[in-house]
Amino acid sequence: MGSPNEYARLYYQQGADELIYMDCVASLYGRNSLRDIVESAAQDVFVPMTVGGGIRSVDDATALLRSGADKVAVNTAAVANPELISDIAQRFGSQCMVLSIEAKQIEAARWEVYTDNGRERTGLDVIEWVRRGVALGAGEILLTSVDREGTRRGFDVALVRAVTAEVSVPVIASGGMGTPQDLVDVVLQGEADAVAMADILHYRRAAIGDIRAVAQAAGLHVRTYG
Amino acid sequence: MASAEVAVIDYGVGNLLSVRRALEHCGATVAVTGEPEAIFAAARVVLPGVGAFANGMAELERQGLTSIVREVATRGQPLLGICLGMQMLFDDSTEFGATAGLGLIAGTVVAVPSVAADGRVQKIPHIGWNALVLPCTREAWNETVLQDVRPGDAAYFVHSFMARPSDPRHRIADCLYGDIPIAAVVGRDNVLGCQFHPEKSGETGLTVLRRFLQM
Repeated sequence: MGSPNEYARLYYQQGADELIYMDCVASLYGRNSLRDIVESAAQDVFVPMTVGGGIRSVDDATALLRSGADKVAVNTAAVANPELISDIAQRFGSQCMVLSIEAKQIEAARWEVYTDNGRERTGLDVIEWVRRGVALGAGEILLTSVDREGTRRGFDVALVRAVTAEVSVPVIASGGMGTPQDLVDVVLQGEADAVAMADILHYRRAAIGDIRAVAQAAGLHVRTYG
Repeated sequence: MASAEVAVIDYGVGNLLSVRRALEHCGATVAVTGEPEAIFAAARVVLPGVGAFANGMAELERQGLTSIVREVATRGQPLLGICLGMQMLFDDSTEFGATAGLGLIAGTVVAVPSVAADGRVQKIPHIGWNALVLPCTREAWNETVLQDVRPGDAAYFVHSFMARPSDPRHRIADCLYGDIPIAAVVGRDNVLGCQFHPEKSGETGLTVLRRFLQM
């Protein structure tokens, strides 16, 4: 698709509030390639950066934070070893520790935690896992719907609502954004604190400024920019 | 070697890469240093910091930098404290019992209230973008580090404690967290502090840093 940092610079210039870097296949191949990308992005991106993919230890987190990341997002390794959440939170503060959760609906109002980019099931209930993660020190939840990811059919609003009702830490809704209106829906109905978007921007179906304008028109509180 | 325009004080707390890069992006030559000579030789000094107040002061003291930072202020070098670095400019903090600060701006550091005046629960830490506004005691930002910033422009905050300057004239900008006014920018003569992270606040933050580089 192109260099991640070309996109990073473009989105920074368009006024993205934060950037999230996810190496989706890192756990699968056991690699840790994000550091160089983050280090290069930190040269000229001056908004917070969250980085995830393949973080297995406090040392992995330390290396990314030293490279310029402000927060780390942990998923697979946290499921395997929940203490990693408290280890990272105690060392760097909860504000650095983002718990990334891939959720797949298994029945009405029930979702199961998946790992490895929606490939592996864990048997964990999403709501129970969220509760446990926050108790261990996760300062933020990055909540991705495996069912909606890549579909452009909008966010799983019921999932987001179930999680925001459960915890007091910020919840970022992810997966399924097809139109700017989807953002408005997941904030107003799901009470998402923030919204992550990827391919709507990568494929230029909308620019950040247009999305911001739709959000503002709907009465959402967004950063005034430019 | 020519002296750096800005010395970013390295006392072992936090990641200084972003602060350095943001200053360089604004055209400054930067030295990240804990050496008193290099700090005094710089035209301007930045005191960064993340984490707990007591830990920050202990590290500063352990590296023999407490008196150095005080002397920077006395000598009249423009000094900018960022986040915890701003909080440490004050007299003391109530975080984990009373801890003395640098005493460069009169006032104390207290916890951000977790309940707003209207009884609504607020999330702590205060994380995210928030608008910079004029405190009720001030009519404009002319002649301050914010002179090129417009009221309402947003900056990026991450903190659980907040400074309470004793003298309202030292409050340059606030942000409102729920209905609670938080001191976002403070200043007394050559001593300045930003509660937000200018290095993570996009163009608004860079605008503040550019102004600091002209002071």
